[in-house]
Amino acid sequence: MPDSLSNTPLHQLTIAELLDGLTQKHFSSEELTQHYLARIDRLDSNYNSYITVTAERALEAARAADNARTENKAGQLAGIPIAHKDIFCTNGVRTSCASKMLDNFVPPYDAHIVTKFAQAGAVCLGKTNMDEFAMGSSNETSFYGAVKNPWSTDCVPGGSSGGSAAAIAAQLCVAATGTDTGGSIRQPAALCGLTGLKPTYGRVSRYGMIAFASSLDQGGPMTRTAHDAALLLNVMAGFDERDSTSAQNAVPDYTATLNNSLEGLRIGLPKEYFGEGLSPEIEKAVQAAIKEFEKLGATVKEISLPNTELAVPCYYVIAPAEASANLSRFDGVRYGYRCENPKDLFDLYTRTRAEGFGDEVKRRILIGTYALSAGYYDAYYRKAQQVRRLIKQDFVDAFKEVDVIAGPTTPNPAFKLGAISDPVTMYLEDIYTIAVNLAGLPALSIPAGFMQNKPVGLQLIGNYFAEAQLLNIGHQYQTVTDWHKHTAPNIE
Amino acid sequence: MSWETVIGLEVHMQLATKTKIFSGSSTEFGQEPNTQANAIDLAMPGTLPVLNEEALRYAIMFGLAIDAEINPLSAFERKNYFYPDLPKGYQTTQLAEPIVGPGKIEIELADGSSKTIRIHHAHLEEDAGKSLHEDFADQSGIDLNRAGTPLLEIVTEPDMRSPEEAVVFAKKLHSIVTSVGVTDGEMSQGSMRFDVNVSVRKKGEEKLGTRTETKNLNSFRFIEEAIKQEVNRQIDVIEDGGKIIQETRLYDGDTKTARAMRSKEEANDYRYFPCPDLLPVVVDKETIEQIRATLPELPNAKKQRFIDTYALSSYDAGVLTAERALADYYEGVAKFSGEPKLAANWVMGEVVSFLNKSNLSITTFANERMRAKDLAAIIERITDNTISGKQAKDLFLAYLEEQDDIDVIIEKRGLKQVSDTGAIEKIVADIVDANPEQVEQYRAADEGKRKKLLGFFVGQIMKASKGQANPGVVNEILLKKLES
Repeated sequence: MPDSLSNTPLHQLTIAELLDGLTQKHFSSEELTQHYLARIDRLDSNYNSYITVTAERALEAARAADNARTENKAGQLAGIPIAHKDIFCTNGVRTSCASKMLDNFVPPYDAHIVTKFAQAGAVCLGKTNMDEFAMGSSNETSFYGAVKNPWSTDCVPGGSSGGSAAAIAAQLCVAATGTDTGGSIRQPAALCGLTGLKPTYGRVSRYGMIAFASSLDQGGPMTRTAHDAALLLNVMAGFDERDSTSAQNAVPDYTATLNNSLEGLRIGLPKEYFGEGLSPEIEKAVQAAIKEFEKLGATVKEISLPNTELAVPCYYVIAPAEASANLSRFDGVRYGYRCENPKDLFDLYTRTRAEGFGDEVKRRILIGTYALSAGYYDAYYRKAQQVRRLIKQDFVDAFKEVDVIAGPTTPNPAFKLGAISDPVTMYLEDIYTIAVNLAGLPALSIPAGFMQNKPVGLQLIGNYFAEAQLLNIGHQYQTVTDWHKHTAPNIE
Repeated sequence: MSWETVIGLEVHMQLATKTKIFSGSSTEFGQEPNTQANAIDLAMPGTLPVLNEEALRYAIMFGLAIDAEINPLSAFERKNYFYPDLPKGYQTTQLAEPIVGPGKIEIELADGSSKTIRIHHAHLEEDAGKSLHEDFADQSGIDLNRAGTPLLEIVTEPDMRSPEEAVVFAKKLHSIVTSVGVTDGEMSQGSMRFDVNVSVRKKGEEKLGTRTETKNLNSFRFIEEAIKQEVNRQIDVIEDGGKIIQETRLYDGDTKTARAMRSKEEANDYRYFPCPDLLPVVVDKETIEQIRATLPELPNAKKQRFIDTYALSSYDAGVLTAERALADYYEGVAKFSGEPKLAANWVMGEVVSFLNKSNLSITTFANERMRAKDLAAIIERITDNTISGKQAKDLFLAYLEEQDDIDVIIEKRGLKQVSDTGAIEKIVADIVDANPEQVEQYRAADEGKRKKLLGFFVGQIMKASKGQANPGVVNEILLKKLES
């Protein structure tokens, strides 16, 4: 840690800086963890970013990390306090998916990435709030109440990984895990001024990550910087034999290429991402960012992703269809919520599910069930799968001409809590992020300016398994800009 | 009016894997409820399925055994319905792209002719758990030990024309799958469950009648009874001017009655769609050939070999090759004893009737009660004249009781055959002297009558010798004596 940082409060340091401080024994992980736990205790009532705080476990893990460091056995993230989205199962710790349905559910196993972070020595402070079963773009569908955006507490933090985003933005953890099915890492990262990476489908194991839409779900890191995201991805990425869709591709050291030059990088700007519906000030911020990349040696060209407008309707058939089956297991029989005094089996099912699920979850189960029903399957589900192939082909064609695709992460900045009540308007907030999930590509959102004092996100979409390149581009941008260093006002 | 019966079968066959199709839990039968269900089997949130390679291999072996196409690309789908013993709320199965494509099985009919039954396809799927309605007052218990057990569902074309044909097919299928070793074939444990699709039509008509499906028959006898009953019911309904309703029926083997379970109108919309948690299954030619090389000898080939090598009749060879364990046992006895014909008589006679009486499987019998080597030793004592055939049967039972050395048992029980001419001569003389009347009759009688009287003398002599006299020696001495 450079001396210039030795007077900086611990909660303002990045992972890279904290690792320096821990190595040089400027502070212990126990002190760091206590510092964060105290902040959560004092401040989180303003944001509601955590569902569960695991103070004792965290301190225990911190002490173990300190010991490991003394014995020179420290893992890659030894002693770093992070938080897990409450969609990742944690052995012995309630994992709710922000649903009444799982309010009492304590898994007897860890999600694959929870194990990986524990093995790397990371300290888990707790489980973060989210939209119920990751269904939402505003974090307003949580059974545990809405999360507030630290940049403006009357605004949403985005969703579904809104708790993770708010916790980092309010400096109640240094980094957190998220999941992204249609933008659930990138959109809250954009709305909270953070760096968020949605890896290639299959790059991070889904084992123990509660499924929303299995062919789209992907876990990833949410951090303050691209460098920190690389540190987290080094731990998260990799093949897992328990997930059949997990990729066998070798995992590089994502920090190794952060400083590569961007000379000759070909950036594509899809004209469909700069049309109607995009806030002019966000467009301006994105164009300014593109100028920075040109200064760094990149070339820019306009491209077309002609099926862009089909992404949202396609997604809202496929994702609910998969969800309708994935959520059938919540039936009150084996675990989770069960209605009082069921009078027969049908009553057990209907009341358990009527009482246990929130409105948005029910809406999507109904849509998905409808789309798969006899007589509608061909018109909806099969058609959506065909469209999905077209959307994927758009990207495959584009990557023949460019190395990376850039554009806005969201059409608008954070909106006011309760402002969007129409589901379709809400769904359209994800217009730029959803196609990436349908195609299974990696994409990074990084802070690129402000609109009405609220953060604006720049999205960089890479080719399959190009996470290292995306992080390299993000890091280079963050060496010449300081948007990522801004902290929310009124943060203690 | 003359009616024709049309029958097709759907067979749910449990594959002989050690673990479940999508999890590492054991598939062992008869364990304490829910001791063989892990987080995946319980469909806990976030858990994921991984295909058991062994189940896939067994499915391919079955396909190769019935000359079927193995689909290079097959896929799993989700079949959605709610039931308490279906933890995920959907069954993972195959529909549009099953692993095994069209194939065929030859059956031999009672009149000696043979017939081909076409297999439409066979697909992999997981079994559900069990609901236990008896053990808890006003509640149902759920046992998930069976949930996720790998099944191969084998679907035939409607090629069978009588209950008897259906049973011959079912037995032939059982013989093939147990020979290949893809299932243990234990019907009483539910390892093979048959759904029968039955319809009737007027003789000569092309169009199939409306069919019903009677589910979950787990014995050959139930298959036959259920079909017979359903055929009669359908004919009665039609002849009374009624119409057959397409429905699912349940047959109760204990009461021998069937009832309708649900009609087509009440059937679920299962909302099948491809399972996104499992990748499509790709099987290349090389893998298929590797598996083909591991395929054991099939019943038809084995039967022919038994006829050629052991000079058995077609019937005997058929009986002995119906079940692989029985064939293996027979071959052991034949080889150790060097007496293939005697071995066949013993295995089909004493051994099979003992199995039936004691309700034992041939495998248990061979492992725990009498090894092929032991039965061969008994047979050897017949051929070396130590004991008679009758004594051998006593020895067989004695061995099953005592499990002692065969020669020790022979000694202990005095089963040794007396071939000593002097001793036998004395007994013969005594019997002949004691029955002068019969001796007179014998000498006066014609050929046919003599035979009968000879039997009388032999009987008396064997009785006097307590069954120990060597019948060959007795015959020889007796004839000499009577004709002198």
